[in-house]
Parts: sequence; structure tokens; C-alpha cells
Amino acid sequence: MQTSREHTRTVPPLAETPRRARILRQLRAQPTVRGAGLALLALIVLIIAAPLFAPQNPYDLANLDLLDGRLAPHSQAMNGMTYLLGTDDQGRDMLSAILYGLRISLLVGLSSVALATLTGSLVGLTAAYVGGFVDALLMRIVDFILGFPTILVALVLLAIMGRGVDKVILALVLVQWANYARIMRSRALQERRKEYVEAAANLGYPAWRIMLVHLLPNCLGPVLVFATVQVAHAIVLEATLSFLGVGVPITEPSLGLLIANGFQYLLSGDYWISLFPGLALLALILAINILGDRLRAAMDPRRG
Amino acid sequence: MVLFVLRRLIQSLFVLLAVSIVVFFAVYAVGDPIELLVSPEATPEARAAMIARLGLDLPVWQQYLGFLSRALHGDLGTSFVHGVPAIQLIVQRIPATFELVVVAIALTCLAGIPLGLLAGLHRDRLLGRGILSGSVLGFSVPNFWLGMMLILTFSVWLGWLPASGRGEPVKVMGVGLTLFTAEGWSHLIMPAINLALANIALVLRMTASGVIEAQSQEYVKFARAKGLRPGRIVRRHILRNILIPVVTVIGMEFGSLIAYSTITETVFAWPGMGKLLIDSVYHLDRPVVVAYVMLATLIFVVVNLIVDILYAALDPRVQLVERAA
Repeated sequence: MQTSREHTRTVPPLAETPRRARILRQLRAQPTVRGAGLALLALIVLIIAAPLFAPQNPYDLANLDLLDGRLAPHSQAMNGMTYLLGTDDQGRDMLSAILYGLRISLLVGLSSVALATLTGSLVGLTAAYVGGFVDALLMRIVDFILGFPTILVALVLLAIMGRGVDKVILALVLVQWANYARIMRSRALQERRKEYVEAAANLGYPAWRIMLVHLLPNCLGPVLVFATVQVAHAIVLEATLSFLGVGVPITEPSLGLLIANGFQYLLSGDYWISLFPGLALLALILAINILGDRLRAAMDPRRG
Repeated sequence: MVLFVLRRLIQSLFVLLAVSIVVFFAVYAVGDPIELLVSPEATPEARAAMIARLGLDLPVWQQYLGFLSRALHGDLGTSFVHGVPAIQLIVQRIPATFELVVVAIALTCLAGIPLGLLAGLHRDRLLGRGILSGSVLGFSVPNFWLGMMLILTFSVWLGWLPASGRGEPVKVMGVGLTLFTAEGWSHLIMPAINLALANIALVLRMTASGVIEAQSQEYVKFARAKGLRPGRIVRRHILRNILIPVVTVIGMEFGSLIAYSTITETVFAWPGMGKLLIDSVYHLDRPVVVAYVMLATLIFVVVNLIVDILYAALDPRVQLVERAA
């Protein structure tokens, strides 16, 4: 990486630095952005430090007492503890379950987006750099995948593969990579005409080196902005798939599965089992979406 | 025009063919196909009969051709659970799903376009900003959770609407619909709103940004300079121009609404194809899953084709005959 810095630095970064700084300044000045940013930060701290904050370990069956099942918020436990947000049918403290559930939701969201970005970027880069038949073939595959509603493809994939955190991540990568391939390709097509790419090719560098060391860093911007917003989308997808019963297994409940567990008790009025995990999920998604929305608006070239 | 439609038809056939290959390998070739195709309770004789009937000793390409030819004859297997052809099972459920989707699209137009217009015209005022912020909430709320909260509010707490199911269908030209009875609507309205909400947010934002962009265009400035009344400018000049992309998106969303109806139908126990798909996944009823995927693909392909043709018909600037053709 280090030796090639001279080549990559010659063109865009110099021109883009002031713009980037201005966008960040603009964003920081908006109260909504600050609010959403703080909320996201707080959620991430809660997620990482869940074992410190959670009143009980929801996975440790020794902690659970079936006699405490379906208690309303602010109920007293058999051992004198107060369940702030009530308990589910297993006698699990909802607050603890939500904190641990957020971890699984975020884990699935982040890792599936990271893997999809990686796969899609490499495919898009290859398509743009190699061109010709490879490009046409790869892009037809991308069109084909994007022609179908994400949720349906993921649902059918998981119906075939079965439940599991790893399988959900795999399914989400399979339905999402095509988006990144398309963005990366269009960006790389613009970039590859520039002089620094030609210069690198004239120096006799192999194709993989030009693609990974020279093209990739200069094309990554728009892909990463898109990826930020997609984390929220991936989290909702996972929650939905888990709700439909094809997502994460019952032993590792994500927020979606917690909400689904409460569904059967909804009609008898036990609202808290579904309401609170849903609010936590909504807060996480809303924070990411607001930040993404403002980021996109600020990056919009039409605003100068 | 004819050439364009022909080209698109051929493309669509390729898509269907590709899906059939993917489905074939997913269900028949991965793992032991007999495990997937014969229910675990089947007797050894039935199992042997199935192996013979499917010709599983034949080479893979011959198996695929067999699958394809059976599919073309409308035979995508028999449901393990219901014991009837999978296709028939799904076709019976189509009216319920289409009813839900059509009402959701109507709600999208009735709410999304006017709200988007308001937001675009008043974007610097509290009203416009409020609507646009609300739309972020609209597409952030997880669909299935929102449905449950609707049930909690209107069925459990207020007791105004039934929590699940569909009204008694009335036969209209041979198709059972529930659009013509009050009882039908009481069942329909919550699922329809649930299904429409994300779409309303999408259409609202598209309309708003279209209005904002149109307002800075020369033809709008000219109309204003001519002294036309604001209402007339909005109706005749702005709306007419921005509606083309909006209508296209609404059309394309038809397909994704069918996909998303699986969620809404599960929450509200609405007896449509989506609920059938989820139930079949639960019961490992593979033939129904396969049939659903093939039929849904057919619907998407047809809808996309119609949208493309309509788009060209609406917008004179779009030319259907591509240079490559």
C-alpha cells in the first residue's frame, strides 16, 4: 500500500478534502443530526456493554423462573428484583433480552453489509476493469438479482437453507451484493479513464494491483455512503425474516424474534413483550436512517 | 413498438428460464432430492414410486428437462399438506392478495401524492419539513411490528376492528372479493394501511423532490411570469410533468407489494398467497414453495413489461425502439 501512495494521491483527494470538511461541518451544525448521532452512539455503547447494564443474563436458564412469566412492566420478581419492562413467557427480563437482542441484530446487520460491500465491490471493479463479455455477464446477473424483491429472495433462500445466524448473514449477503456491484462499476468506469490508471498500467503493474491499490480507494466513497444506510435495511430484513420464522434460531433471539414471541400474547393484552423490542428496533433504524438521509442530502452535488 | 415488446418478451422468457434453473438446482440437486420432495411420513413404496416417477437415476440435464416440461404443463408438484396440485392451491389465493395490493396502491396514490405535493410546495415551512420528517419515520418502522401495533391499538384496546382474517367474499364475475361489504372493509383496512405505509413514504418523497425540482424550471418560471394562478400552475404545469416517474414507480412497486404482502398477511392472518407461502415454509411443503416462486416470477415479469410499455406511452420523450435492435 505505502509504495503506491504517490500514484493515488496525484488526482482526486486534494480537490476533495475541502468539500469533505465542509459537508462534515454542515452536518454537525444540524440539531437532528446531533440528536440521531447521540442516540446511535448511546445505543452502540449499550449494545457493547450489554452484560454490564442488563439486570440478568437472558441466555442463562438458571436465571429464569417460569413463575415470573408474562409479568407486566414494573412487576416484582420472585427474588425481589423489579422487571422494568416486564417479562416474556419464559420469565425472561425484557430489558435484558432487548439489550442482548440488539447485539444480534447489529451483528447480523453490520457483518452482512460488510461482506456484501466486499463481494459487490470486487465484482463491480472486475466488471468495469475487464469489460467486454465478463462485464456483460456479471451485469446481467446483477440485473437478474435486483429484478426480484429482496425480502422474497431472502425468504426463499432461508426456507431452503434452514435457520441460523450464519445462514441469515449468508442470505443477506446474497441478496445485497448486487447493489454494491452496480454502484462500484459505474464509479470505476468513470475512474478508469483517468491518467493515474493509465500511468499504472504503463508501469506494467498487474491488473489485480491496479484494481485493488489504485482504483478501489478512489471509488469507495459512494459505496460506503450507500453501505451506511443499508445497515438499517439489513437489520429490518433480519428482524422480518426472524419474525416470519426463517431467521435466527430461538437460542439466539434477535429483536425480530422477541417481537414475534410476543405476537401470540398480543390479543390477550400483554403488549410489552412486542412493544418494547419494537421500539428499540425502531430507535436503532431511525437513528441510522436520519443520519444516512442527511448525509445523502449534504453530499448531493446539486446543493453546491 | 412491436419490436420492443418482442425483445422484452424474449428477455422475460430468459428470466423465467434462469429462475427455473436456480429453483431446480436449489430444490432437486442440492442435498437428497427425495428428502425434499417426499414427506418424511411417506411409506417406502411411495418413496420408491416417487424415485421412479421423477427419474432420479437419469443424468442431471434430463432431470431438468423433465422438471421443465412438467412445469410447462402446469404440474409443479402436489402439496404434501393439502394433497392438491400446488398451482391450484396458489391460484385460489390470488384474489385475496390482489385485493389487498390494489387497495394498498390506491391508498399510496391518495395519500402519497397530495402529501408529497404539500411537502414540496411548503418545503421551507414547518408543514413541509414535518411531512418530510414523518416520511423518514414511515419507511423506518418495521412493517410487521407496525401491523402488530395497529392490531394492539384498534383491535385489543379500542375494539373497533377485527384483528385477523378476511370478510366473507362476494362473487363478482366469478372472483370472490370482499370490497363490497362493510364487513369486508373492516377486515381489509388495517392490512391495507400496513402494506401501503412504506410505499406512501416513498411516493411522498419522490413527489416532493419532483415538485422542488420542477419549481426551478424555466417553464414554471414562465407560467408564473405570465401571471397564471398558482393553483393552475401546480395542476397543469408541475403535476403533469412529475407524475410520469411517480406513476412508473407505483407500477413497479406492484411486484414488491406482492412480496411484502407475505409479511402483512402473516400478521393479519389474511388468507392470500403470501400467508400460504409462509405456512408452506413452516410445514416444509416444498412443491408449494417452488410453485409460488415460479408463479411470482411470472407475475413480476409481466408487471415489469406492462410498466415499461405504459411508461413509454405516458412519456413521449421515451422511445421504445432501441438503437441496438
